[in-house]
Amino acid sequence: MDLATILHMQPEVMLSFIIIILLLGDLIIRQPNHRILQFMAFGLLVVHIAANLTISDEVLFGGMYHSTPMASVVKTILTVGTLLVILQAGPWIRREDTRHKAGEFYLLTFSTLLGMYFMVSAGSFLMFYVGLELASIPMACLVAFDKYKHHSAEAGAKFIMSAMFSSGLMLYGLSLIYGTVGTMYFADIENALTGTPLQIMAMVFFFAGLGFKLSLVPFHMWTPDTYQGAPTPISAYLSVISKGAAAFALMNILLRVFGPMVEDWSLLLSVVIVVTITVANLFAILQSDLKRFMAYSSISQAGYIMLAVLAGDEQGMASLVYYIVVYIVANLAVFGVITNVEQHTGGLVDREAYNGLYKTNPRLTLVMTLALFSLAGIPPFAGFFSKFFVFASAFHQGYYLVVFLALVNTIISLYYYLLIVKAMYITPNDSPVPTFKSGPLSTVCLTVCVAGIVVLGLCSGVYELLQHVAGL
Amino acid sequence: MEYTILILALPVLSFLLLALAGMKMSHRLAGTIGTLVLGVVAVLSYLTAYQYFSAPRTADGTYATLIPYHITWLPFTETLHIDMGILLDPISVMMLVVISTVSLMVHLYSFGYMKGERGFQRYYAYLSLFTFSMLGLVVATNIFQMYVFWELVGVSSYLLIGFYYTKPEAISASKKAFIVTRFADLGFLIGILIYGYYMGTFTFTPDQQMLMQGGMMLPWALGLMFVGGAGKSAMFPLHIWLPDAMEGPTPVSALIHAATMVVAGVYQVARMFPLYMGYAPETIHIVAYVGAFTAFYAAAVACAQSDIKRVLAFSTISQIGFMMVALGVCTSAHPHEGGLGYMASMFHLFTHAMFKALLFLGAGCIIHAVHSNEMSTMGGLRKYMPITHWTFLIACLAISGIPPFSGFFSKDEILTACFAFSPVIGWVMTVIAGMTSFYMFRLYYCIFWGKENKELHAAHTPHESPLTMTLPLMILAAITCVAGFIPFGHFVSSNGTSYDIHLDWSVAGTSIVVALIAIALATWMYLREEQPVADALQRTFPKLHRAAYKRFYMDELWLFVTKKIIFRCVSTPLAWFDRHVIDQFLNFLAWATNALGEEVQPLQNGRIQTYTLWFLGGIVVLTLMLLLV
Repeated sequence: MDLATILHMQPEVMLSFIIIILLLGDLIIRQPNHRILQFMAFGLLVVHIAANLTISDEVLFGGMYHSTPMASVVKTILTVGTLLVILQAGPWIRREDTRHKAGEFYLLTFSTLLGMYFMVSAGSFLMFYVGLELASIPMACLVAFDKYKHHSAEAGAKFIMSAMFSSGLMLYGLSLIYGTVGTMYFADIENALTGTPLQIMAMVFFFAGLGFKLSLVPFHMWTPDTYQGAPTPISAYLSVISKGAAAFALMNILLRVFGPMVEDWSLLLSVVIVVTITVANLFAILQSDLKRFMAYSSISQAGYIMLAVLAGDEQGMASLVYYIVVYIVANLAVFGVITNVEQHTGGLVDREAYNGLYKTNPRLTLVMTLALFSLAGIPPFAGFFSKFFVFASAFHQGYYLVVFLALVNTIISLYYYLLIVKAMYITPNDSPVPTFKSGPLSTVCLTVCVAGIVVLGLCSGVYELLQHVAGL
Repeated sequence: MEYTILILALPVLSFLLLALAGMKMSHRLAGTIGTLVLGVVAVLSYLTAYQYFSAPRTADGTYATLIPYHITWLPFTETLHIDMGILLDPISVMMLVVISTVSLMVHLYSFGYMKGERGFQRYYAYLSLFTFSMLGLVVATNIFQMYVFWELVGVSSYLLIGFYYTKPEAISASKKAFIVTRFADLGFLIGILIYGYYMGTFTFTPDQQMLMQGGMMLPWALGLMFVGGAGKSAMFPLHIWLPDAMEGPTPVSALIHAATMVVAGVYQVARMFPLYMGYAPETIHIVAYVGAFTAFYAAAVACAQSDIKRVLAFSTISQIGFMMVALGVCTSAHPHEGGLGYMASMFHLFTHAMFKALLFLGAGCIIHAVHSNEMSTMGGLRKYMPITHWTFLIACLAISGIPPFSGFFSKDEILTACFAFSPVIGWVMTVIAGMTSFYMFRLYYCIFWGKENKELHAAHTPHESPLTMTLPLMILAAITCVAGFIPFGHFVSSNGTSYDIHLDWSVAGTSIVVALIAIALATWMYLREEQPVADALQRTFPKLHRAAYKRFYMDELWLFVTKKIIFRCVSTPLAWFDRHVIDQFLNFLAWATNALGEEVQPLQNGRIQTYTLWFLGGIVVLTLMLLLV
């Protein structure tokens, strides 16, 4: 092994350097000037994305690190999503009480991103676990970022404790696997797995660990409390980026490692999907706090994403990544609007605050409407196609009942997404949120999101590209 | 010829511009944009036609079919995919010329006719949309693209008929047009699906293997497609929407409901002609019989109408019937052996578009002058409106088939083709041609001669229209005078080879004589101020006149079928079932979901111990499930 080998993991190395640069920058720039840091973080990330647009297949360190072509695409997607979150977080991080910590925000965010990089390109459970922890622990700090606020601190505590619990269980599961097959490398495990009861148990434990990150029912209980308490941009980050990475990692490992146990995990997934979507819908229907509502919405969306995992083939992989992309733009648009309204009203996140928003802020309302339509899967927005593709891929594999139940649930979801639309357009309000102008950065972010919502569905190129990559 | 994409792109851009920003523009600017764009499109179309027809023919004597632009839009299988593109062959190039010419004339004419109307910009936006859709329809590279644009044409027609949206008649007319044609289009769609399913392709030119697979289903597919074509082209009994469509602005009637959209059905049959000839020769004769009956029916009704636009509407229906008959009497693809009708039909489509647009635009001038559609308000207008009078007369002579005007040549080819197929059809069509001359000259005399409505004209003296309106009339009249001498058979024929049009004097002579007799009859009956003969006829056969005036009660029949039978016996019970069973079931589901939601809320109690317990419990249950099942 020489130094050149390490350079093959270019994205990870580069991101590590960016983190170090930001750390040094944060230390050197004496008067914490959030603007300089912001532009540094932003610029470096853009350079990073541009430098890593290649699609490569790398196996390093004797199989410890395995970055598939799809993994490199997913990394780019996650980074672009992170970029959007940073844009969106602009007004929040510039506030009096947080601006002195701006450097930390970027540092922590990028660290979790690095963790996700390792998660999606791991070739061994050791590497995977390190990545998972790297993605979780800084995340807890982010959740508790507004630490003097009661909600945020409580959310952070709940998150870190749940995370510890779940990684403990997962680690236990991994040890069981090591105990039965004597290796931690994915390629070797696959050949040695036979599906003994102990291995089934290990698989469930492992699944629960990722189920926690994806907030699948019944591992989801932390989600609403955390989303509600965390600063809104962090909730956005949690709901899309963290979830996207976990979903891809789960599919990757279920296919590549637990391939021989496909019958077990497909049954497991079928049950979990139906329960997740249904329970999340039941809870979501009665929420009036939008952040809490979005937590439940993201739980049910995770259930839909799992349909693609259930399909378990190339088409499923392509539709999973496509779903993640579409979900990122739509969800970030919703959170972007929530952040904006929150910042300009002194913290209002209740649905009632949105009554009559159309009259005062028509453009923001339009963004929100399109995003909600996309989340609900109304054609011709991207969300319709992403749902269609995951349903189709699961349907092709013969999971008719699961697909049917998921379809029934989309109708319920339509109801609660449209409740917000109704509040904004129809419900009368004597004193709606006054007209305000959102900052340039968040305008850019929302514009990109809306463009994504409209374009991703209509032009077939994206999905075809993903299909092509999935087939490599 | 890559520039042909501009022919489609420009109108759609102009539509978007006018639709999005039109209301901020002045009338003059919006109209100028629309007209200029159309001018460019027309020039491009002429250029296309010139280049296409001046290119050398291929070895077998035909013009090559060109596809200058093509994308695969929605692939299903290797062969079954929906494409979008531009196809240039003799008939599509001919249609490009027709559409852009008439559309340009109408754009120009509307400057005067629609002056000061509310929604002037919207009007031009719709015109652009229509032009785009119609051009897209004719250059379609496959049957599905044709269908997409077919529906777009239907939408723009709907929008334009209902342009005066404050007028209840216009609204109901637009709805009627849309619903009737949509209903017919269902046939088209089913036909396309059968075609796609059995042949495994949507192209117009399937290969041998596809034909082997699905050849025996072709008569059905083509027959169903013809239902759609019959709806758009107002064939009996789906014609009922066209007379009502006259509620739209008159230039729109000229463009859509006379020259272009209504011949889409004819174009569709012509487009599928090789398949008809190869695999469904019987089916195409159905087209002939439907066309012949429609031509006769519409001619009979036209003789009794009193609204000038309705007379023209029925004459349009009747003339489209002629085109359909011409296609339907074809027995082979060879122009000398039973394939003459194809060329004749296309020729008549071309000449008819010009003179019928002229008639409608002329009628628009008249309506503009007397502010009414009723013949009783007219009479003696030739003194007041000389240009309109002369151009209208030219168009009447053309539609009557009097040489040397264009209609004579095309109609003569149709009649020749009919006689070659069967003398019965030939004679029937000759008689209908005579009826055409009669009602057209009845119209002409009632408008320009006859008794003047002095009271009305004293209150408001009719006057000639401004130049923007008379210029298109003169241009179209000039085209009508010379179009007959175009060697049309050189450009378009059933198998693509050059064909010399020659007049069969026994047929031509007969038809001229019949036309002259009919015109003489009309002159005798309607030239003078008093019309004793016509009144006497009306008194002698009151029932017949009334039935013809009421269009033989076809509208009433449709209303009876829909309202009394379908609505009452099918829709009402279904509506009850929907409201009381399905809705209630869904209400119950909604209620149950809500109640369940209320029930489960306490589970999320904010305590992390509970959460962990659920987490652990979930793992245990799932593991047990996997181990035990």
